[in-house]
Amino acid sequence: MELLYELDEEKRLFRRTVRDFSEQVIRPQVDHLWETGEFPYDIVRKMGELGIMGIPWPEEYGGAGGDYLAYAIAVEELARVDGSCAITVEAHISLGSSPFYYYGSEEQKREWLVPLAQGKMLASFGLTEPEAGSDAQNTQTRAELKNGEWVINGTKCFITNPGTEMSGVVTITAVTGVRPSGKKEISNIYVPKGTPGYNISPKYKKMGWHASDTRELNFEDCRVPEGNLIGNRGDGFKQFLDCLDGGRIAIAALAVGTAQGAFEESVKYAKERVQFRRPIASFQAIQFKLADMATDIELARTLTYKAAAMRDAKVPHTKEASMAKLFASEMCMRATTQAVQIFGGYGYMDEYPVSRYFRDAKILEIGEGTSEVQRMVIARELGLR
Amino acid sequence: MKMVVCVKRVPDTAESEVHIDASGKDIDKSRLSFGINECDNYAVEEAIQIKERLGEGTVTVISLGDKDSDEVIRMALAKGGDEAIRLEDEAFKGGDGLAVAKALAAAIKGLEYDIVFTGALADDDGYGVVPAALGELLGVPHATYVKKVEILEPGKRAKVGRELEGGLLEFLEIDLPCVLGIQTGINEPRYASFKGIKQAAKKEIAIKSAADLGLDASEVGEAGSWAVLEQFTPPVVGEMAEILEGEPDETAAKLAAILKEKGLV
Repeated sequence: MELLYELDEEKRLFRRTVRDFSEQVIRPQVDHLWETGEFPYDIVRKMGELGIMGIPWPEEYGGAGGDYLAYAIAVEELARVDGSCAITVEAHISLGSSPFYYYGSEEQKREWLVPLAQGKMLASFGLTEPEAGSDAQNTQTRAELKNGEWVINGTKCFITNPGTEMSGVVTITAVTGVRPSGKKEISNIYVPKGTPGYNISPKYKKMGWHASDTRELNFEDCRVPEGNLIGNRGDGFKQFLDCLDGGRIAIAALAVGTAQGAFEESVKYAKERVQFRRPIASFQAIQFKLADMATDIELARTLTYKAAAMRDAKVPHTKEASMAKLFASEMCMRATTQAVQIFGGYGYMDEYPVSRYFRDAKILEIGEGTSEVQRMVIARELGLR
Repeated sequence: MKMVVCVKRVPDTAESEVHIDASGKDIDKSRLSFGINECDNYAVEEAIQIKERLGEGTVTVISLGDKDSDEVIRMALAKGGDEAIRLEDEAFKGGDGLAVAKALAAAIKGLEYDIVFTGALADDDGYGVVPAALGELLGVPHATYVKKVEILEPGKRAKVGRELEGGLLEFLEIDLPCVLGIQTGINEPRYASFKGIKQAAKKEIAIKSAADLGLDASEVGEAGSWAVLEQFTPPVVGEMAEILEGEPDETAAKLAAILKEKGLV
């Protein structure tokens, strides 16, 4: 893999397209989405038409035939303008659609991946539970095989994309038995929306990402056919760990985009805002903040692209994905904090965009593996036990 | 119908500070981002929409510029353009609108065409000369500031609406082949799909020099121009201008007094 200072023409054109789309179609709706929390159906449908909802999947499965790097670039560009739209795409691709692409049977791919990749349907991934956050092994949701059906009972929380009109399916991790070692056997099973016993709670009220659809899911004697198992029975843990490697790269890209958006607002404001008869951008105190933000963003972007390119090259990238996610999310928190500082009192006001970027940033240090979990993963990859 | 669209790569100066460079004949472009000229983006869309409406036809994209212009050309191909030509030669440099039109006309003469689309105006130099000059050089009718195109008879006649002041449209019928200078707002330009971008990457862009087009270096570029750029200067604050200073209520009062004194209100 070569690291170049410039993307190839195809990637540059794609970045330009997503940027133009974000500026012209999403930007005018950002305030409304933030205030109302309405799900951006028209935006998601248009993204489907452009191929954004299935960038990394092959064309034969309805995807755009791109790679993970192109996908990371799209998420970054969307997040630069609106985090809610970016996470909707990220959760749909990295978490919701990934299990079907990587582990689904040909039949499952045809039935589910095609409409998901085309952006006609939204997918979710149900891993987190009230008692199983960072401790994912502690999954309580059970699926028992009875008369050729999985009978599912349990609760999943903080799940993205399950409750919209476009939502069609959720893949969940469930305990399907006990291993000879005494450990839980965890498998991935998909549950179509509308299955009796699959209950979707109202939307959470969140600190940020107001327009993204996040809900609690509850399964009460929910029955699905035995064939809804994805991949091999007992491979659930392994499968979601790999999906999360990909997800972490995309979350890193989301952090880069969020920080970039806050940075651009800050530069613009610093040049306009006059105090002591000079634009505050002429003060070294402000210049240093902006210089640090720009440096941080550049580093995070480089590491994120490297991790994405490694995934595309199919070489091990667990460590790099975790590093990118850890560094990018923490730098995003720093950058958005400084952005609010540059705006001063106005930055604390809801109508200024940096307040929104700041609130969108925090979850990036938590979702798809907290910073603490990322450090554990990196340490383990370094051979430390 | 065979259609040709002329596109230009221009710096995006809407949100950037613009400085004159050391030569005094250009702006410092080192920190600017570039993209397709705004009107040209609508011209590309109009050609593609006509092709889609008629269910047949080809769209050839032409640009005069160096390799950096490929990005603008490829984006037009990604949206639905079929073929592409880029005109590149040292001799083309420093040309005014007429010299640019000469190069474009030489390239277009070698093609079959029913309509040549250009943007009405370039965002950078703003000459607005190319569509009219191109029509004259090709010996075909032209219309500028076009905000509506209706094909009455493919390959024969079209009805076009030209934007006049105050949003009025002037409709006229025009024989094909013709040149149309397209105004912004005529349509809603699409975004290229990821698949379109991938397909465009495989298409060839034919490169033509002045010699390839049968043009002598003296006919094009600065040598072939009627207008030659001497120097850029920032607007000077004229002696007639009076800058009002002070608190807003003071300046407002001063302004009101001046307007009254001059009998303007």
